Amino acid sequence: MNEQRRNIVKSSAILGLMAAAGLLSIEQAQAQSADWNKAAFDTKDLAGTVKALGGDAPTQSAEIAITAPDIAENGAVVPVGVTSKIPNTQAVYILVEKNPNALAAGFNLPAGTEPTVSTRIKMGQTSNVHAVVKADNKFYYTTKEVKVTLGGCGG
Amino acid sequence: MADPMRIRATSTPDGVDVRVLMSHEMETGQRRDGGGQLVPAHFIQTVKVSCKGKTVLDALWGPAVSKNPYLQFKFKGCDKGDELTVTWTDNKGDSRTDKVVIA
Repeated sequence: MNEQRRNIVKSSAILGLMAAAGLLSIEQAQAQSADWNKAAFDTKDLAGTVKALGGDAPTQSAEIAITAPDIAENGAVVPVGVTSKIPNTQAVYILVEKNPNALAAGFNLPAGTEPTVSTRIKMGQTSNVHAVVKADNKFYYTTKEVKVTLGGCGG
Repeated sequence: MADPMRIRATSTPDGVDVRVLMSHEMETGQRRDGGGQLVPAHFIQTVKVSCKGKTVLDALWGPAVSKNPYLQFKFKGCDKGDELTVTWTDNKGDSRTDKVVIA
């Protein structure tokens, strides 16, 4: 009993000290407990991301359409839309291959919501944008190359 | 938290078309400020949109979504006059909720 209390006090003290020392930022210490899928946002490529999302190798599909400019003038704000014609689409994910972490955004779509989403993302450099769709618990994807003239991560 | 979200929800024969513009820094955690220090990551992690008590969109975002995020999607199940609620939470634990009546 005492041992447990000592351990808890010790580890929270260490986390706190690390946060204070800047070794582990406060945001990271907090984010450990969020129900946000951190593993999926840490991956570096398409295959790794799909694995972290619970799937095997995704199949390429012509039923997914990516709406994005061929050349994005400002990599900090690239409008990307994804429309899926695959029945029973459950979720749509947008990945940027050459970003530090591949997954940019994920959208869970309950029944009744159209499988069409649009948002704006940051791209560090010219890269392939992958749209991954989860339908019937299987993963599909398609790709579009977007050229970026000015990178979007601040230089 | 910051400025209120600008939400526009219009009812069309195909369903409700929703456009949201949120006000948020969306720092990636990779940028350095003037003094060379890394600006810590500060970004929206989850966005939930619901209508009549039912979640119609549940988004999980990373730092690669642009500053002042824009979101657009469509769903069926609510009509003109119903209330739409949008809530976001970020990695620092802040959150914001805004509501709008579907037009």
